[in-house]
Amino acid sequence: MANFHVEKPVASRGQQTARVARDIRGGGMNRDRWKTIASVLARQGILVAFALFLIGFSIFSDRFLSPENILSVMRSSAIIGVMALGVTVVVIGGNLDLSVGSMLSFSTVLVVDLHDKIGPAPAIGVMLVATLALGAVNGLLVGVARLNSLIVTLGMLSAIQGLTLIYSGGKNVDIVNQDQTWFKIFGRGTIADIPTPIVIFAVGAILLHLMMAYTPFGRRIYATGGNATAAVFSGVRRSRVVFLTYLISASGVAIAAIILGSRVMGSQNNVGQGYELQVLAGVILGGTSLLGGAGTIWKTVIGVLILGFIQNGLLLMGFEYYVQWLVTWVVIILAVWLDIAAKRGRLLSPIA
Amino acid sequence: MADTVIKSPVRWLAANPIWGFIVLIFVFFSFANPYFFALQNFQNILVQTSTIGLIALGMTLVMINGNIDLSVGAVVALAASLCVDIQGWEMFADWGNWAIAPGVIAALIAGTALGALNGFIVWKTGVDAFIVTLGAMLGVRGLVFVYTKEQSFFAMNFAFSDFGSSNMGPLPTLAVLFLVCTAAVYFLLARTVHGRNTYAVGGNRSAAVNAGIRVGPHMLINFMIVGFFAALAGVTLSSQMGAATPNLGTNYELWVITSVVLGGTKLNGGAGTILGTLGGVLAIGILRNGMNLMQVPAFYVLVILGTILIAVLLLDKQLNRKGKEELRV
Amino acid sequence: MSDVAATKIPALQLKGIVKTFPGVRALDDVTFDVRAGEVHALLGENGAGKSTLMKVLAGMYQPDEGTIEIEGTPVTMRTPLEAKRRGVVLIHQELSLAEEMTVAENIYLGELPRRSLGRVDWKTLFAKSEEILKRLNCGFGPKDRVGALSIANQQMVEIARALTVDAKVVIFDEPTASLTDAEKVVLFEIINDLKARGVGIVYISHRMDEIFTLADRISVLRDGGYRGTLVAGDTTEDEVIQLMIGRSLDLSRRQHAEVKTGEVALKVEGLSCGKLFQDVSFELREGEVLGFYGLVGAGRTEIAETLFGLRRPTAGTIEIDGKETAIHSPADAIAKGISLVPESRKEQGLVLGMNCRDNITLPQVGDLTSGPFVSDGAEIAIFDQYRDTLKIKTPSWRQAVGNLSGGNQQKIVIGKWLAMHPRILIVDEPTRGIDVGSKSEIHDLIRELARSGYAVIVISSEMPEVLHVSDRILAMYHGRVIRRFTAEEVTEDSLVAAISGIEQEQVA
Repeated sequence: MANFHVEKPVASRGQQTARVARDIRGGGMNRDRWKTIASVLARQGILVAFALFLIGFSIFSDRFLSPENILSVMRSSAIIGVMALGVTVVVIGGNLDLSVGSMLSFSTVLVVDLHDKIGPAPAIGVMLVATLALGAVNGLLVGVARLNSLIVTLGMLSAIQGLTLIYSGGKNVDIVNQDQTWFKIFGRGTIADIPTPIVIFAVGAILLHLMMAYTPFGRRIYATGGNATAAVFSGVRRSRVVFLTYLISASGVAIAAIILGSRVMGSQNNVGQGYELQVLAGVILGGTSLLGGAGTIWKTVIGVLILGFIQNGLLLMGFEYYVQWLVTWVVIILAVWLDIAAKRGRLLSPIA
Repeated sequence: MADTVIKSPVRWLAANPIWGFIVLIFVFFSFANPYFFALQNFQNILVQTSTIGLIALGMTLVMINGNIDLSVGAVVALAASLCVDIQGWEMFADWGNWAIAPGVIAALIAGTALGALNGFIVWKTGVDAFIVTLGAMLGVRGLVFVYTKEQSFFAMNFAFSDFGSSNMGPLPTLAVLFLVCTAAVYFLLARTVHGRNTYAVGGNRSAAVNAGIRVGPHMLINFMIVGFFAALAGVTLSSQMGAATPNLGTNYELWVITSVVLGGTKLNGGAGTILGTLGGVLAIGILRNGMNLMQVPAFYVLVILGTILIAVLLLDKQLNRKGKEELRV
Repeated sequence: MSDVAATKIPALQLKGIVKTFPGVRALDDVTFDVRAGEVHALLGENGAGKSTLMKVLAGMYQPDEGTIEIEGTPVTMRTPLEAKRRGVVLIHQELSLAEEMTVAENIYLGELPRRSLGRVDWKTLFAKSEEILKRLNCGFGPKDRVGALSIANQQMVEIARALTVDAKVVIFDEPTASLTDAEKVVLFEIINDLKARGVGIVYISHRMDEIFTLADRISVLRDGGYRGTLVAGDTTEDEVIQLMIGRSLDLSRRQHAEVKTGEVALKVEGLSCGKLFQDVSFELREGEVLGFYGLVGAGRTEIAETLFGLRRPTAGTIEIDGKETAIHSPADAIAKGISLVPESRKEQGLVLGMNCRDNITLPQVGDLTSGPFVSDGAEIAIFDQYRDTLKIKTPSWRQAVGNLSGGNQQKIVIGKWLAMHPRILIVDEPTRGIDVGSKSEIHDLIRELARSGYAVIVISSEMPEVLHVSDRILAMYHGRVIRRFTAEEVTEDSLVAAISGIEQEQVA
């Protein structure tokens, strides 16, 4: 009896992929080959897509795979990347954070404006505290008050936009002595010949990956996102866990604001507008389930890089800037579709 | 039947607290500002509300279904651009005022078609509507930028912008349009089989499936309806402005979802009414109008809007609390 | 209908049904029939194929092989709606109602009467619903909102649905799972009434007593195969169980060996939590099993949740090892040596998407570290230990617990809490919905734990279980401890009398 149960999922997985394969091409010959392809697609779809994009673009543009170009893509992906790392943690914990875009506007305006007024180091300090405070508001409302995270962070999106405008009076801010300040190191400098944003992104990714994959806290985040009730019944302090995920997300925004402010040395009030979409797109492309409990940091890195390479490749091929948004639209849906198709064992949804 | 449940005004107000809130802010602004309590201003409020309001009507259906549509803001921009651009095409040059018609029709078809596309993807792939329409929000906006080459279009035909500021009897045409649409969607939701099935699909999807309701096509229709209304809002908005800009409709999804949630529609689906949604959009409309009259900078409106949204959620949570005995998970 | 009964053509007949899922032959050559005017019980352990068969009956699944005949005519039923139109209706275990809609709309869900313009014909709808509700003697009207009804009344709405068509066969899937005894009586009356009208009833349940009360015939499935049909009047529970598990099982009362109890581990005095339970007092000693028996809603689970820091008591004191203490949260309870194996393993016990090892170590993962990181070795050691002692069957610790059978999932939850080495172990419905074999293993385990010095509380709705494992039993009624028994003095009759409120005056 028990054996019957235990063997079921093992046996069924092979069959599932076979069914994906059947659905994909509608039955016929070469079943085994399709089975293998489908199973690879299903499990590592994101990596396969990544490889396909790289190959495709490199055929159309010989500049695409040059080291300079790759570094430049990674550098420009770093801002979205750092934010996406934090949002991945929130999403794995079972919540959403749509406020990161307007939080980025706020933090960038704050750090750039204060730079000339109180000096770079105090400016960074004040900005960090302020950003974490906003993250804490999210964390309190979602974690402690248990409100719906979509609505809370949507409301915060609006409120923080207003805060930014109130702070700046609607004016743009900028740094006067752009070449003299050491603040430029974050966005314009290099560490060991690697652009600093890439270093920051990489270090952040490694640290968060270690945290999520190997620490008790990471385990508690997965448990809370997977089944919050069961986590509480296992002694996990759910409110605290969720609260901390929002602090992590806010830290990501603060670091992104430092990179962005340092690179541009100025800021508009709406500089981060729409970033929440790009960030979520990266997280979703990385295969993190919006239901929580599943996902990995390093796949988010790949998701963000895919977005960056799509953007870069399309530009190199001579497409208009906004074509990348159209491609992102298709890629997001395809990525999630393939993921759930693999899980349910058939390509199309069974909804009548 | 929604209206059979109405037992007393008190109970009705408890189920629709937003109308209580409307009375509150209405009285407040009437005393706080001399320009607020005037027929002209009420007409303004209705016209200002109509854009968000039209979209909110469709969004209510989609949200009662347990779905969401984040792409409405982008659809507004696309519809507005199509409408203004097409009516200026060479081929319609000698159509006179009738040149407006192909523009409007193209805009409405585009909006409905995009809604159908969203619905079809949700139906066939089973991908969550949040993700599908998040992608569309980005993609359709990209489409707008590509189509318009990041330029604004201006309506050359004055009849088009005249329509936006015209009156039908005592009321502005756009207000009448909004009220008629509200009545139509109310009828659809409260009285028709499709409307009642909307609650069933959102309230208990598997029950609806087992009862033989074709859930996929049903949701498709509601996505088409919200797409249609977003496009209609794009048309009326461009007619008010006499122009279409590619950034039109930015953040509209936020405003719309806020009004619908304020109106009592549940995010998980299964519950919500058009009367509530009407209350939600009016509340936001009155708030914006009143604060504008009191010369509160627009920045503060954003903060207050966000705060109200969260406060409503908190209040809802507090009211539904079971007291000290509650399981604390 | 009577013609059919007379000619002995079954109302519904399945022949040679085969249904395979990827990797599993869920139904293998199953034959089953229901005659008009009989109750035919369908039995089997979890995973035996009952629910698959039921879904084939109701048109939710299509069989790969075999035929379905309704009154002798072969049919195919592609959807539940089609099955319903042919007179075969399923009453779901998980109620399939839309709570915000009216009773009438739910009864005619998917088939609302129409007028022009797609309008709902409310007049017809309410009139027809009223009529059906009257036949069922329901205490609510067609315009009531379903969400405002009790669970039992919601079930009535489901049954009312079956009456919208000329139902030939009605399938009940564990209908009494969430009903009180009084509600059960009403349900049984309705079933008997349907039967008298010539409707064939398929009755699926785990509860032997119900089956022997209601059924005319009993069919048993095991491992997807048909194992035989017994006539209820000519068989015994033992025979049925043997057919279900393929061997005989001793679920009789335990032979009470000398119980060596130790210190008082837990003392509860006058504990109350609002309306949920009041003035509960008891002592729990090391080495003994204290059983809590009562109906669903009598407050048993809520006591456990309060002891585990999930609810705030409104009055009373809790003493652990003679020291008065307050328990603020599950983490606090764990620190004080209390473990709770919760009532619902899927919702409260397990993170189904997580692997077996991580589920077992979750409560103590913070202590299994070397440096800042979780020690892989320490975790696997704990998993291996409890896999072996509890005989958890899984290919590897990497398996997601959602893929295990109910019995093995329950063992993971138990293992999770044993691994905390608690002094006080509370188990709430330890064997709900798991197969008979795993059941007896878990009972033995509970006894073994007590023998090795644990203080154990067992909460259960199943009388044989409580009788089998407990040293003392507290009977609960309406949030109060109504009577206390020792294992020697307790009888089934006195226990039933206590929990159904017959002896209310005799407060212990």
